[in-house]
Amino acid sequence: MNFKALLLATAFSGALVSAGVHAADLTIGFSQIGSESGWRAAETTVSKAEAKKRNINFKIADAQQKQENQIKAIRSFIAQGVDAIFLAPVVSTGWDSVLKEAKEANIPVVLLDRDIDPSGKDLYLTAVTSDSVHEGRVAGEWLVKTVGAKPCNVVELQGTVGASVAANRKKGFEEGIASAPNVKIVRSQTGDFTRAKGKEVMESFIKAEGGGKNICAVYAHNDDMMVGAIQAMKEAGLKPGSDVLTVSIDAVPDIFKAMAAGEANTTVELTPNMAGPAFDAIIAYKAKGTVPPKWIQTESKLYTAADNPQAIYDSKKGLGY
Amino acid sequence: MALRLPRIGTSQVAALILVLLANWMVSPQFFDFHIRDGRVFGSVIDVLNRGAPVALLSIGMVLVIAMRGIDLSVGAVMAICGAIAASLADSHTLPVVLAAALGAGLLCGLWNGLLVAVLGIQPIVATLILMVAGRGIAQLITEGRIVTFSSPDLAFLGGSGSVLGLPTPVVLTFGMLALTLLIVRGTALGLMIEATGGNPRASALAGIGTKLITVAVYMWSGLCAALAGIVAAADILGADANNAGLWLELDAILAVVIGGTSLFGGRFSVVLAVVGALIIQAMNTGILLSGFPPETNLVVKAVVVLAVLLAQSPRVAGHFAGLGVLLNRSRS
Repeated sequence: MNFKALLLATAFSGALVSAGVHAADLTIGFSQIGSESGWRAAETTVSKAEAKKRNINFKIADAQQKQENQIKAIRSFIAQGVDAIFLAPVVSTGWDSVLKEAKEANIPVVLLDRDIDPSGKDLYLTAVTSDSVHEGRVAGEWLVKTVGAKPCNVVELQGTVGASVAANRKKGFEEGIASAPNVKIVRSQTGDFTRAKGKEVMESFIKAEGGGKNICAVYAHNDDMMVGAIQAMKEAGLKPGSDVLTVSIDAVPDIFKAMAAGEANTTVELTPNMAGPAFDAIIAYKAKGTVPPKWIQTESKLYTAADNPQAIYDSKKGLGY
Repeated sequence: MALRLPRIGTSQVAALILVLLANWMVSPQFFDFHIRDGRVFGSVIDVLNRGAPVALLSIGMVLVIAMRGIDLSVGAVMAICGAIAASLADSHTLPVVLAAALGAGLLCGLWNGLLVAVLGIQPIVATLILMVAGRGIAQLITEGRIVTFSSPDLAFLGGSGSVLGLPTPVVLTFGMLALTLLIVRGTALGLMIEATGGNPRASALAGIGTKLITVAVYMWSGLCAALAGIVAAADILGADANNAGLWLELDAILAVVIGGTSLFGGRFSVVLAVVGALIIQAMNTGILLSGFPPETNLVVKAVVVLAVLLAQSPRVAGHFAGLGVLLNRSRS
């Protein structure tokens, strides 16, 4: 019965789309991890806005960082007979059985922001994620372009040891600066992705590198650590943004505030809009049966002081970061 | 009103000196000082400044542990009070901000104390409740985001402010240490805490108000945690409910244990707990200065902690004494 209903619904919504009305009857359930970080909150806000733009009936289930809650949410979405399920998986394994249930119910699943264990590749339609190696590479290439032929000692604030994002952003940055022997990473320590640790580690880096005179640039795996590092540099009498170049990743509002004040140079965006491309993929899939590629990579946009940081700050700060 | 000196502490002070010397070896500029904008700068100052939150927590924790209790909630209380301080900083005056944040800390301590003293719940379980729920409360206050502020009054209490050339958190920590010492060692309260920790029933029969003392001690721990939370928020000009004080309860317990206070209650030393906190921070700062890859951080830390604790173990000390006797014999 389900299958017939679905076919009917698909045909119906397909007819609507072809008639120019955008997916008015699509119901999509989103199992969100929770609100572990500001970025996550922004992702939820942006997802809701994107759904509204497309007139999609959008249901969000907050899993409070627990996989069992996500599995429950997915089962309840299946029982409600939604048209598609978005999943931001809290961990990469243990999804096989629940995704099989979704597949049997003919409900396509789209992964947002994070991938799952390779054994489940045929269990989801597509994954919309950012390439964190690419983010690091964009950051590294910007630095190489900016310093030119000058020798440049870089200190690196890594994310949490063992986090795949940290490893990837480190790898990407190293690839980005590989072509420039004048750009060297002289110190690298973990700042646990937090402001407090970023500040503490930067204070030590400044002491260890002759009061900061030997530091040409700081690379931080996220903006929060950079905000802490900027405070440490200011307190030590350095001028971040001019004496010391800064390049970090994520594009949270506060880094734009620092950029507007001339204290930060650049950030690479991890867009909170993962749902937008996912909605488009689902609409095309439902309407015309277009099967999207297995991986939709989001853009890693680079922002500098030339991009009117104050305006970006104003537009981003309401998103829940 | 005579203040007693710590009865033991040679091994802790020796360990601190050894860690500082090790730092000096990996980073020759470790003991350099210079003055900028009327403020002393240097790695030793960093150790004191960065160690302030854990030192503050350990001042409260050592009293709780001396009562044979434990306070797992201090990290979460830090997050709550930091969140309150940061949320109010730009709209209220500093006294109001401080009163609200410190009051919240006292309230959290009162809750823990009532659970332990009145309802008789095991301290580890009673404080675990607030450890888990407290972070949630802090996230509710900040709505899950990092609340920033620009009030220079509150910022003064963080690492950027200074009193007599020293960062404000260092001065606050020493102030809190002096106040606590005055209260517990300047009066009979310290003795009553030790008695309650050693044998609560006997103490109650001897006429000590054990329940009242228990509640008061948990409230003092809450107050210390609140101060630590304010310092942490003031330092980064914002409250990060997800990360502020995360796992610091464990560092505080470690500091107390390194300071020679037994988890089974009884004898305690507030000064040595603070020395313990400084040993931990000196180690952290040393690792950051050394340039070791971050993957080795925890291993280095574990080895040093093990060495410090072994040095305090009477059995190991006995073995070393035995070794000395053997050596002397072979020499003669």
